[in-house]
Amino acid sequence: MLGAAPNDVGATLDRLFREEHGRILAPLIRLLGDFERAEEVVQDAFEAAMQQWPVEGIPETPRAWVLRAARNKAIDRIRRSARFSDKRKELEAVAEVERSFAPPPDELLTEGLRDDMLRLVFTCCHPAIAIEAQLALTLRTICGLTTEEIARAFLVDARTMAQRIVRVQKKIAAAGIPYRVPGAEDLDARLEAVLHVLYLVFNEGYSASAGDELVRRSLCAEGIRLAELVVELLPDHPEPKGLLALMLLSDSRRDTRVDADGDLVVLEEQDRARWDRAQIERALPLVEAALRGRPPRAYALQAAVAALHAQAPRAEETDWRQIAALYAVQSRISPSPVVELNQAVAIAMAGDVARGLRQIDALEARGSLARYHLLPAARADLLRRLGRNEDAAAAYRAALELVGNDVERRYLERRLREV
Amino acid sequence: MQYLLMIYENENVMNDMAPEARGAMFAEYNTFTQDIVKSGHFKAGDALQPVATATSVRVKDGKTITTDGPFAETKEQLGGYYLVEAADLDEAIGIAARIPAARTGTIEVRPVMVFDGSM
Repeated sequence: MLGAAPNDVGATLDRLFREEHGRILAPLIRLLGDFERAEEVVQDAFEAAMQQWPVEGIPETPRAWVLRAARNKAIDRIRRSARFSDKRKELEAVAEVERSFAPPPDELLTEGLRDDMLRLVFTCCHPAIAIEAQLALTLRTICGLTTEEIARAFLVDARTMAQRIVRVQKKIAAAGIPYRVPGAEDLDARLEAVLHVLYLVFNEGYSASAGDELVRRSLCAEGIRLAELVVELLPDHPEPKGLLALMLLSDSRRDTRVDADGDLVVLEEQDRARWDRAQIERALPLVEAALRGRPPRAYALQAAVAALHAQAPRAEETDWRQIAALYAVQSRISPSPVVELNQAVAIAMAGDVARGLRQIDALEARGSLARYHLLPAARADLLRRLGRNEDAAAAYRAALELVGNDVERRYLERRLREV
Repeated sequence: MQYLLMIYENENVMNDMAPEARGAMFAEYNTFTQDIVKSGHFKAGDALQPVATATSVRVKDGKTITTDGPFAETKEQLGGYYLVEAADLDEAIGIAARIPAARTGTIEVRPVMVFDGSM
Protein backbone atom coordinates (compact mmCIF):
# COMPACT_ATOMS: atom_id res chain seq x y z
CA MET A 1 0.00 0.00 0.00
CA LEU A 2 1.37 3.37 -0.98
CA GLY A 3 0.60 6.37 1.16
CA ALA A 4 -1.63 6.48 4.20
CA ALA A 5 -4.35 8.80 5.38
CA PRO A 6 -2.78 11.49 7.60
CA ASN A 7 -5.34 10.71 10.31
CA ASP A 8 -4.26 7.08 10.47
CA VAL A 9 -0.62 8.11 10.61
CA GLY A 10 -1.33 10.63 13.38
CA ALA A 11 -3.33 8.14 15.45
CA THR A 12 -0.77 5.35 15.05
CA LEU A 13 2.07 7.66 15.99
CA ASP A 14 0.22 9.14 18.96
CA ARG A 15 -0.39 5.65 20.31
CA LEU A 16 3.20 4.55 19.65
CA PHE A 17 4.56 7.69 21.25
CA ARG A 18 2.60 7.01 24.44
CA GLU A 19 3.41 3.33 24.54
CA GLU A 20 7.05 3.41 23.51
CA HIS A 21 8.42 6.77 24.58
CA GLY A 22 9.86 5.50 27.86
CA ARG A 23 11.28 2.33 26.36
CA ILE A 24 13.02 4.13 23.52
CA LEU A 25 14.25 6.94 25.73
CA ALA A 26 15.56 4.85 28.63
CA PRO A 27 18.56 3.27 26.88
CA LEU A 28 19.26 6.49 24.93
CA ILE A 29 19.74 8.52 28.12
CA ARG A 30 22.36 6.02 29.25
CA LEU A 31 24.02 5.90 25.83
CA LEU A 32 24.01 9.63 25.06
CA GLY A 33 24.60 10.83 28.60
CA ASP A 34 21.66 13.18 29.14
CA PHE A 35 17.91 13.62 28.92
CA GLU A 36 17.86 16.49 26.45
CA ARG A 37 19.98 14.79 23.79
CA ALA A 38 18.07 11.52 24.21
CA GLU A 39 14.74 13.31 23.84
CA GLU A 40 15.90 15.01 20.69
CA VAL A 41 16.70 11.63 19.17
CA VAL A 42 13.24 10.30 20.04
CA GLN A 43 11.65 13.44 18.57
CA ASP A 44 13.74 13.07 15.41
CA ALA A 45 12.66 9.45 15.01
CA PHE A 46 8.99 10.30 15.34
CA GLU A 47 9.33 13.28 13.03
CA ALA A 48 10.88 11.05 10.39
CA ALA A 49 7.85 8.75 10.67
CA MET A 50 5.53 11.75 10.44
CA GLN A 51 7.14 12.74 7.15
CA GLN A 52 7.62 9.35 5.53
CA TRP A 53 4.54 7.37 6.51
CA PRO A 54 1.97 9.57 4.74
CA VAL A 55 4.00 9.02 1.55
CA GLU A 56 5.23 5.45 1.93
CA GLY A 57 2.40 4.06 3.99
CA ILE A 58 2.37 2.91 7.59
CA PRO A 59 4.99 0.16 7.87
CA GLU A 60 3.89 -3.36 8.74
CA THR A 61 5.58 -3.18 12.12
CA PRO A 62 5.42 0.51 13.09
CA ARG A 63 7.15 -0.09 16.39
CA ALA A 64 10.18 -1.76 14.83
CA TRP A 65 10.35 1.07 12.27
CA VAL A 66 10.47 3.75 14.96
CA LEU A 67 13.02 1.79 16.99
CA ARG A 68 15.22 1.44 13.91
CA ALA A 69 14.89 5.16 13.18
CA ALA A 70 15.84 6.01 16.78
CA ARG A 71 18.83 3.68 16.55
CA ASN A 72 20.04 5.32 13.33
CA LYS A 73 19.53 8.83 14.68
CA ALA A 74 21.40 7.90 17.86
CA ILE A 75 24.33 6.55 15.85
CA ASP A 76 24.36 9.75 13.75
CA ARG A 77 24.53 11.76 16.94
CA ILE A 78 27.39 9.74 18.33
CA ARG A 79 29.40 10.12 15.12
CA ARG A 80 28.89 13.90 15.17
CA SER A 81 29.35 14.41 18.90
CA ALA A 82 32.53 15.74 20.46
CA ARG A 83 31.90 13.50 23.44
CA PHE A 84 33.01 10.55 21.34
CA SER A 85 35.89 12.26 19.56
CA ASP A 86 38.08 9.28 20.32
CA LYS A 87 37.48 6.71 17.53
CA ARG A 88 37.59 3.71 19.85
CA LYS A 89 35.06 5.32 22.22
CA GLU A 90 32.85 6.10 19.23
CA LEU A 91 32.89 2.51 18.00
CA GLU A 92 32.12 1.24 21.49
CA ALA A 93 29.19 3.63 21.80
CA VAL A 94 27.83 2.65 18.38
CA ALA A 95 28.11 -1.05 19.27
CA GLU A 96 26.27 -0.38 22.51
CA VAL A 97 23.45 1.35 20.62
CA GLU A 98 23.22 -1.65 18.26
CA ARG A 99 23.04 -3.99 21.25
CA SER A 100 20.37 -1.94 22.99
CA PHE A 101 18.13 -1.60 19.94
CA ALA A 102 18.55 -4.90 18.17
CA PRO A 103 16.87 -7.26 18.00
CA PRO A 104 13.95 -4.89 18.61
CA PRO A 105 12.65 -5.89 22.02
CA ASP A 106 9.07 -7.11 21.70
CA GLU A 107 6.41 -6.88 24.37
CA LEU A 108 8.63 -8.66 26.89
CA LEU A 109 11.25 -6.55 28.58
CA THR A 110 14.76 -7.81 27.98
CA GLU A 111 17.14 -7.77 30.92
CA GLY A 112 19.01 -4.75 29.56
CA LEU A 113 15.87 -2.76 28.87
CA ARG A 114 14.49 -3.64 32.28
CA ASP A 115 17.59 -2.09 33.89
CA ASP A 116 17.31 1.02 31.73
CA MET A 117 13.63 1.43 32.59
CA LEU A 118 14.46 1.13 36.28
CA ARG A 119 17.19 3.74 35.90
CA LEU A 120 14.68 6.03 34.23
CA VAL A 121 12.03 5.51 36.91
CA PHE A 122 14.45 6.13 39.79
CA THR A 123 16.00 9.18 38.13
CA CYS A 124 12.64 10.81 37.35
CA CYS A 125 11.62 10.30 40.99
CA HIS A 126 14.95 11.37 42.51
CA PRO A 127 14.45 13.14 45.87
CA ALA A 128 16.77 16.01 44.85
CA ILE A 129 14.07 17.02 42.32
CA ALA A 130 11.05 19.03 43.51
CA ILE A 131 8.01 16.80 43.80
CA GLU A 132 5.90 18.61 41.17
CA ALA A 133 8.83 18.38 38.77
CA GLN A 134 9.14 14.64 39.50
CA LEU A 135 5.50 14.25 38.49
CA ALA A 136 5.96 16.25 35.29
CA LEU A 137 9.15 14.47 34.30
CA THR A 138 7.66 11.04 34.97
CA LEU A 139 4.58 11.75 32.87
CA ARG A 140 6.60 13.26 30.10
CA THR A 141 9.44 10.75 29.80
CA ILE A 142 7.95 7.45 30.95
CA CYS A 143 4.34 7.96 29.88
CA GLY A 144 5.07 9.98 26.74
CA LEU A 145 2.57 12.73 27.60
CA THR A 146 3.14 16.04 25.86
CA THR A 147 4.03 19.12 27.86
CA GLU A 148 0.61 20.60 26.93
CA GLU A 149 -1.20 17.53 28.26
CA ILE A 150 0.72 17.65 31.53
CA ALA A 151 0.09 21.39 31.86
CA ARG A 152 -3.64 20.83 31.39
CA ALA A 153 -3.65 18.02 33.95
CA PHE A 154 -2.03 20.21 36.60
CA LEU A 155 -3.92 23.36 35.64
CA VAL A 156 -0.85 25.44 34.86
CA ASP A 157 -0.09 27.09 31.55
CA ALA A 158 2.02 25.22 29.02
CA ARG A 159 4.89 27.72 29.19
CA THR A 160 5.27 27.29 32.94
CA MET A 161 5.21 23.51 32.55
CA ALA A 162 7.76 23.60 29.74
CA GLN A 163 10.07 25.72 31.92
CA ARG A 164 9.62 23.31 34.82
CA ILE A 165 10.67 20.40 32.61
CA VAL A 166 13.65 22.22 31.10
CA ARG A 167 14.79 23.29 34.55
CA VAL A 168 14.68 19.78 35.94
CA GLN A 169 16.52 18.32 32.96
CA LYS A 170 19.21 20.95 33.44
CA LYS A 171 19.46 20.18 37.13
CA ILE A 172 19.88 16.45 36.45
CA ALA A 173 22.78 17.22 34.13
CA ALA A 174 24.41 20.05 36.10
CA ALA A 175 24.04 18.63 39.61
CA GLY A 176 25.14 15.16 38.54
CA ILE A 177 21.99 13.24 39.46
CA PRO A 178 23.10 9.74 38.48
CA TYR A 179 21.28 7.58 35.95
CA ARG A 180 21.27 4.37 37.89
CA VAL A 181 19.27 2.06 40.11
CA PRO A 182 19.99 2.78 43.78
CA GLY A 183 22.00 0.22 45.71
CA ALA A 184 20.40 -2.26 48.10
CA GLU A 185 20.95 0.02 51.11
CA ASP A 186 18.90 2.86 49.59
CA LEU A 187 16.46 0.86 47.49
CA ASP A 188 13.58 0.71 49.97
CA ALA A 189 13.61 4.43 50.71
CA ARG A 190 13.96 5.32 47.03
CA LEU A 191 11.22 2.90 46.00
CA GLU A 192 8.94 4.53 48.55
CA ALA A 193 9.62 7.88 46.88
CA VAL A 194 8.84 6.41 43.44
CA LEU A 195 5.56 4.91 44.66
CA HIS A 196 4.63 8.23 46.24
CA VAL A 197 4.97 9.95 42.86
CA LEU A 198 2.84 7.28 41.19
CA TYR A 199 0.24 7.62 43.92
CA LEU A 200 0.16 11.40 43.40
CA VAL A 201 -0.31 10.96 39.63
CA PHE A 202 -3.26 8.66 40.23
CA ASN A 203 -4.72 10.81 42.98
CA GLU A 204 -4.47 13.97 40.93
CA GLY A 205 -6.84 12.25 38.53
CA TYR A 206 -8.98 10.56 41.16
CA SER A 207 -9.59 13.23 43.77
CA ALA A 208 -12.85 14.99 43.11
CA SER A 209 -11.35 18.42 42.56
CA ALA A 210 -11.38 20.80 39.64
CA GLY A 211 -10.33 19.99 36.09
CA ASP A 212 -11.49 18.36 32.92
CA GLU A 213 -13.03 14.92 33.53
CA LEU A 214 -11.27 13.33 30.53
CA VAL A 215 -7.87 14.66 31.54
CA ARG A 216 -8.35 13.39 35.08
CA ARG A 217 -9.44 10.00 33.82
CA SER A 218 -6.29 9.74 31.75
CA LEU A 219 -4.15 10.61 34.80
CA CYS A 220 -5.71 7.67 36.64
CA ALA A 221 -4.92 5.46 33.67
CA GLU A 222 -1.31 6.70 33.61
CA GLY A 223 -1.00 6.10 37.35
CA ILE A 224 -2.16 2.52 36.85
CA ARG A 225 0.14 2.05 33.85
CA LEU A 226 3.14 3.31 35.85
CA ALA A 227 2.32 1.06 38.79
CA GLU A 228 2.01 -1.91 36.39
CA LEU A 229 5.42 -1.05 35.00
CA VAL A 230 7.06 -0.92 38.43
CA VAL A 231 5.39 -4.21 39.42
CA GLU A 232 6.83 -5.72 36.25
CA LEU A 233 10.28 -4.20 36.85
CA LEU A 234 10.49 -5.20 40.53
CA PRO A 235 8.49 -8.44 40.69
CA ASP A 236 9.92 -9.48 44.07
CA HIS A 237 8.81 -6.33 45.88
CA PRO A 238 5.36 -6.49 47.52
CA GLU A 239 4.73 -2.76 47.93
CA PRO A 240 4.29 -1.84 44.24
CA LYS A 241 1.66 -4.59 44.04
CA GLY A 242 -0.11 -3.01 47.00
CA LEU A 243 -0.16 0.35 45.27
CA LEU A 244 -1.36 -1.10 41.96
CA ALA A 245 -4.13 -3.00 43.76
CA LEU A 246 -5.17 0.16 45.61
CA MET A 247 -5.36 2.09 42.33
CA LEU A 248 -7.33 -0.64 40.55
CA LEU A 249 -9.81 -0.96 43.41
CA SER A 250 -10.32 2.79 43.75
CA ASP A 251 -10.66 3.16 40.01
CA SER A 252 -13.20 0.31 39.82
CA ARG A 253 -15.66 2.59 41.64
CA ARG A 254 -15.04 5.76 39.73
CA ASP A 255 -18.26 5.74 37.67
CA THR A 256 -20.40 5.49 40.79
CA ARG A 257 -18.70 8.10 42.96
CA VAL A 258 -20.53 11.05 41.49
CA ASP A 259 -24.15 11.18 40.34
CA ALA A 260 -25.57 12.73 37.17
CA ASP A 261 -25.63 16.18 38.81
CA GLY A 262 -21.98 15.89 39.81
CA ASP A 263 -22.85 15.31 43.46
CA LEU A 264 -20.79 13.04 45.67
CA VAL A 265 -22.15 9.54 46.27
CA VAL A 266 -20.55 7.97 49.37
CA LEU A 267 -19.40 4.36 49.34
CA GLU A 268 -22.45 3.19 51.26
CA GLU A 269 -24.85 4.59 48.66
CA GLN A 270 -22.95 3.65 45.51
CA ASP A 271 -24.52 1.27 42.97
CA ARG A 272 -22.25 -1.73 43.48
CA ALA A 273 -23.55 -3.42 40.33
CA ARG A 274 -21.70 -0.75 38.36
CA TRP A 275 -18.33 -1.33 40.00
CA ASP A 276 -15.78 -2.67 37.52
CA ARG A 277 -15.73 -6.36 38.50
CA ALA A 278 -12.96 -7.36 36.09
CA GLN A 279 -10.69 -4.74 37.60
CA ILE A 280 -11.56 -5.88 41.14
CA GLU A 281 -10.75 -9.49 40.20
CA ARG A 282 -7.37 -8.34 38.87
CA ALA A 283 -6.65 -6.48 42.10
CA LEU A 284 -7.49 -9.21 44.63
CA PRO A 285 -4.47 -11.50 44.02
CA LEU A 286 -2.24 -8.41 44.09
CA VAL A 287 -3.62 -7.55 47.54
CA GLU A 288 -2.80 -11.08 48.73
CA ALA A 289 0.75 -10.81 47.39
CA ALA A 290 1.25 -7.32 48.84
CA LEU A 291 0.09 -8.42 52.29
CA ARG A 292 2.89 -10.99 52.36
CA GLY A 293 5.38 -8.13 52.79
CA ARG A 294 7.04 -8.22 56.22
CA PRO A 295 5.70 -6.04 57.63
CA PRO A 296 2.93 -5.14 55.18
CA ARG A 297 3.21 -1.45 54.27
CA ALA A 298 0.69 1.35 53.99
CA TYR A 299 -0.43 0.76 50.38
CA ALA A 300 -0.94 -2.96 50.98
CA LEU A 301 -3.08 -2.27 54.03
CA GLN A 302 -5.10 0.43 52.28
CA ALA A 303 -5.61 -1.92 49.35
CA ALA A 304 -6.78 -4.63 51.75
CA VAL A 305 -9.38 -2.24 53.16
CA ALA A 306 -10.50 -1.33 49.63
CA ALA A 307 -10.72 -5.04 48.79
CA LEU A 308 -13.03 -5.69 51.75
CA HIS A 309 -15.34 -2.94 50.50
CA ALA A 310 -15.16 -4.34 46.97
CA GLN A 311 -16.05 -7.82 48.18
CA ALA A 312 -19.13 -6.79 50.18
CA PRO A 313 -22.20 -7.42 47.98
CA ARG A 314 -24.16 -4.80 49.97
CA ALA A 315 -22.91 -1.98 52.19
CA GLU A 316 -24.48 -3.60 55.25
CA GLU A 317 -22.39 -6.70 54.69
CA THR A 318 -19.06 -4.85 54.88
CA ASP A 319 -16.62 -6.58 57.22
CA TRP A 320 -15.98 -3.50 59.38
CA ARG A 321 -14.41 -5.59 62.14
CA GLN A 322 -11.62 -6.69 59.81
CA ILE A 323 -11.28 -3.17 58.40
CA ALA A 324 -10.79 -1.84 61.95
CA ALA A 325 -8.14 -4.53 62.51
CA LEU A 326 -6.30 -3.50 59.32
CA TYR A 327 -6.28 0.13 60.43
CA ALA A 328 -4.96 -0.98 63.82
CA VAL A 329 -2.04 -2.72 62.08
CA GLN A 330 -1.39 0.36 59.95
CA SER A 331 -1.53 2.56 63.04
CA ARG A 332 1.15 0.42 64.65
CA ILE A 333 3.44 0.38 61.61
CA SER A 334 3.12 4.00 60.53
CA PRO A 335 1.09 5.96 63.08
CA SER A 336 -0.91 8.88 61.74
CA PRO A 337 -3.96 10.74 63.01
CA VAL A 338 -5.78 10.14 59.69
CA VAL A 339 -5.36 6.38 60.10
CA GLU A 340 -6.62 6.68 63.69
CA LEU A 341 -9.68 8.55 62.43
CA ASN A 342 -10.38 5.82 59.87
CA GLN A 343 -9.95 3.22 62.56
CA ALA A 344 -12.41 5.05 64.83
CA VAL A 345 -15.02 5.11 62.06
CA ALA A 346 -14.48 1.40 61.34
CA ILE A 347 -14.89 0.56 65.05
CA ALA A 348 -18.13 2.51 65.12
CA MET A 349 -19.40 0.92 61.91
CA ALA A 350 -18.55 -2.52 63.31
CA GLY A 351 -21.06 -1.85 66.07
CA ASP A 352 -19.25 -0.06 68.89
CA VAL A 353 -20.36 3.48 68.08
CA ALA A 354 -19.63 4.82 71.55
CA ARG A 355 -16.01 3.67 71.40
CA GLY A 356 -15.58 5.08 67.90
CA LEU A 357 -16.91 8.45 69.04
CA ARG A 358 -14.64 8.44 72.09
CA GLN A 359 -11.65 7.85 69.85
CA ILE A 360 -12.68 10.75 67.61
CA ASP A 361 -13.08 12.99 70.67
CA ALA A 362 -9.60 12.01 71.85
CA LEU A 363 -8.17 12.83 68.41
CA GLU A 364 -9.88 16.19 68.42
CA ALA A 365 -8.61 16.98 71.91
CA ARG A 366 -5.05 16.37 70.70
CA GLY A 367 -5.61 19.00 68.03
CA SER A 368 -3.58 17.22 65.36
CA LEU A 369 -6.46 17.24 62.86
CA ALA A 370 -7.74 20.71 63.75
CA ARG A 371 -8.07 21.84 60.11
CA TYR A 372 -9.22 18.52 58.67
CA HIS A 373 -12.89 18.66 57.63
CA LEU A 374 -13.28 14.88 57.65
CA LEU A 375 -12.94 14.76 61.44
CA PRO A 376 -16.16 16.69 62.20
CA ALA A 377 -17.73 15.07 59.11
CA ALA A 378 -17.04 11.59 60.52
CA ARG A 379 -18.38 12.58 63.92
CA ALA A 380 -21.48 14.08 62.29
CA ASP A 381 -22.07 10.87 60.37
CA LEU A 382 -21.89 8.70 63.49
CA LEU A 383 -24.14 11.06 65.47
CA ARG A 384 -26.65 11.00 62.61
CA ARG A 385 -26.68 7.19 62.74
CA LEU A 386 -27.36 7.39 66.48
CA GLY A 387 -30.30 9.74 65.80
CA ARG A 388 -28.63 12.59 67.72
CA ASN A 389 -29.68 15.06 65.04
CA GLU A 390 -28.88 18.32 66.81
CA ASP A 391 -25.33 17.22 67.67
CA ALA A 392 -24.94 15.90 64.14
CA ALA A 393 -26.02 19.25 62.66
CA ALA A 394 -23.47 21.10 64.77
CA ALA A 395 -20.73 18.74 63.58
CA TYR A 396 -21.81 19.11 59.92
CA ARG A 397 -21.59 22.88 60.33
CA ALA A 398 -18.10 22.55 61.77
CA ALA A 399 -17.10 20.36 58.80
CA LEU A 400 -18.55 22.90 56.34
CA GLU A 401 -16.34 25.59 57.80
CA LEU A 402 -13.25 23.57 56.91
CA VAL A 403 -14.16 21.89 53.61
CA GLY A 404 -12.42 23.24 50.49
CA ASN A 405 -13.84 21.06 47.75
CA ASP A 406 -17.21 21.98 46.18
CA VAL A 407 -18.39 18.41 45.61
CA GLU A 408 -17.80 17.55 49.26
CA ARG A 409 -19.35 20.83 50.36
CA ARG A 410 -22.59 20.04 48.53
CA TYR A 411 -22.63 16.59 50.12
CA LEU A 412 -22.24 18.01 53.64
CA GLU A 413 -24.90 20.65 52.96
CA ARG A 414 -27.31 17.94 51.85
CA ARG A 415 -26.64 15.95 55.04
CA LEU A 416 -27.12 19.05 57.15
CA ARG A 417 -30.53 19.63 55.54
CA GLU A 418 -31.52 16.04 56.25
CA VAL A 419 -30.81 15.99 60.00
CA MET B 1 44.55 32.58 59.96
CA GLN B 2 42.48 31.37 57.06
CA TYR B 3 39.34 33.06 55.88
CA LEU B 4 36.53 31.87 53.68
CA LEU B 5 35.29 34.65 51.45
CA MET B 6 31.73 34.03 50.47
CA ILE B 7 30.44 35.67 47.32
CA TYR B 8 26.77 36.64 47.44
CA GLU B 9 25.23 38.10 44.33
CA ASN B 10 22.04 38.09 42.29
CA GLU B 11 22.30 35.42 39.60
CA ASN B 12 19.92 37.28 37.33
CA VAL B 13 22.18 40.30 37.14
CA MET B 14 24.88 38.06 35.70
CA ASN B 15 22.52 36.27 33.34
CA ASP B 16 21.23 39.57 31.96
CA MET B 17 24.72 40.96 31.33
CA ALA B 18 25.75 41.69 27.76
CA PRO B 19 28.43 39.28 26.51
CA GLU B 20 31.13 42.00 26.47
CA ALA B 21 30.34 43.04 30.03
CA ARG B 22 30.42 39.43 31.13
CA GLY B 23 33.73 38.90 29.37
CA ALA B 24 35.15 41.95 31.12
CA MET B 25 33.98 40.63 34.45
CA PHE B 26 35.51 37.21 33.86
CA ALA B 27 38.77 38.90 32.92
CA GLU B 28 38.64 40.90 36.14
CA TYR B 29 38.07 37.70 38.16
CA ASN B 30 41.00 36.11 36.34
CA THR B 31 43.32 39.00 37.15
CA PHE B 32 42.18 39.03 40.75
CA THR B 33 42.74 35.27 41.12
CA GLN B 34 46.19 35.46 39.57
CA ASP B 35 47.05 38.37 41.88
CA ILE B 36 46.14 36.56 45.09
CA VAL B 37 47.83 33.37 43.85
CA LYS B 38 50.99 35.37 43.28
CA SER B 39 50.74 37.12 46.63
CA GLY B 40 50.41 33.74 48.35
CA HIS B 41 46.92 34.40 49.72
CA PHE B 42 45.03 31.94 47.55
CA LYS B 43 44.09 28.55 49.05
CA ALA B 44 41.08 27.50 46.96
CA GLY B 45 38.30 29.12 45.04
CA ASP B 46 35.51 28.14 42.67
CA ALA B 47 32.45 29.46 41.02
CA LEU B 48 29.30 27.51 41.89
CA GLN B 49 26.64 26.27 39.50
CA PRO B 50 23.39 28.31 39.62
CA VAL B 51 21.18 27.98 42.66
CA ALA B 52 18.71 25.92 40.56
CA THR B 53 21.14 23.02 40.85
CA ALA B 54 21.12 23.10 44.66
CA THR B 55 19.97 20.25 46.86
CA SER B 56 19.47 20.49 50.63
CA VAL B 57 20.27 17.56 52.88
CA ARG B 58 19.20 17.02 56.49
CA VAL B 59 19.27 13.96 58.72
CA LYS B 60 16.31 13.37 61.01
CA ASP B 61 16.11 10.29 63.23
CA GLY B 62 18.86 8.69 61.20
CA LYS B 63 16.96 9.20 57.94
CA THR B 64 18.45 11.34 55.18
CA ILE B 65 15.95 13.89 53.90
CA THR B 66 16.79 15.35 50.53
CA THR B 67 14.97 18.32 49.04
CA ASP B 68 15.30 20.31 45.84
CA GLY B 69 16.51 23.85 46.22
CA PRO B 70 18.89 25.98 48.30
CA PHE B 71 18.90 26.42 52.02
CA ALA B 72 16.53 29.29 52.77
CA GLU B 73 16.25 29.48 56.55
CA THR B 74 17.38 32.75 58.13
CA LYS B 75 17.64 31.38 61.67
CA GLU B 76 20.88 29.60 60.84
CA GLN B 77 24.08 30.97 59.41
CA LEU B 78 26.75 29.61 57.13
CA GLY B 79 29.15 27.95 59.54
CA GLY B 80 31.68 26.19 57.38
CA TYR B 81 32.21 24.25 54.24
CA TYR B 82 33.79 21.14 52.76
CA LEU B 83 34.91 20.87 49.18
CA VAL B 84 34.66 17.23 48.16
CA GLU B 85 35.21 15.13 45.05
CA ALA B 86 32.28 12.75 44.45
CA ALA B 87 31.23 10.60 41.51
CA ASP B 88 27.69 11.95 41.43
CA LEU B 89 25.05 13.76 43.47
CA ASP B 90 24.08 10.60 45.36
CA GLU B 91 27.61 10.19 46.63
CA ALA B 92 27.80 13.88 47.57
CA ILE B 93 24.47 13.60 49.44
CA GLY B 94 25.80 10.54 51.27
CA ILE B 95 28.86 12.48 52.42
CA ALA B 96 26.78 15.55 53.33
CA ALA B 97 24.52 13.38 55.49
CA ARG B 98 27.56 12.33 57.57
CA ILE B 99 28.42 15.92 58.54
CA PRO B 100 27.28 16.33 62.17
CA ALA B 101 25.47 19.57 61.37
CA ALA B 102 23.17 17.62 59.01
CA ARG B 103 21.35 16.48 62.17
CA THR B 104 20.90 19.95 63.62
CA GLY B 105 20.98 22.18 60.55
CA THR B 106 21.05 21.79 56.79
CA ILE B 107 23.83 21.07 54.35
CA GLU B 108 23.41 22.68 50.96
CA VAL B 109 25.04 20.69 48.18
CA ARG B 110 26.04 22.72 45.15
CA PRO B 111 28.09 21.48 42.22
CA VAL B 112 31.19 23.51 41.43
CA MET B 113 31.25 25.17 38.03
CA VAL B 114 33.68 23.67 35.57
CA PHE B 115 34.90 26.09 32.92
CA ASP B 116 35.65 24.17 29.75
CA GLY B 117 37.40 27.03 27.98
CA SER B 118 34.47 27.68 25.65
CA MET B 119 33.19 30.51 27.82
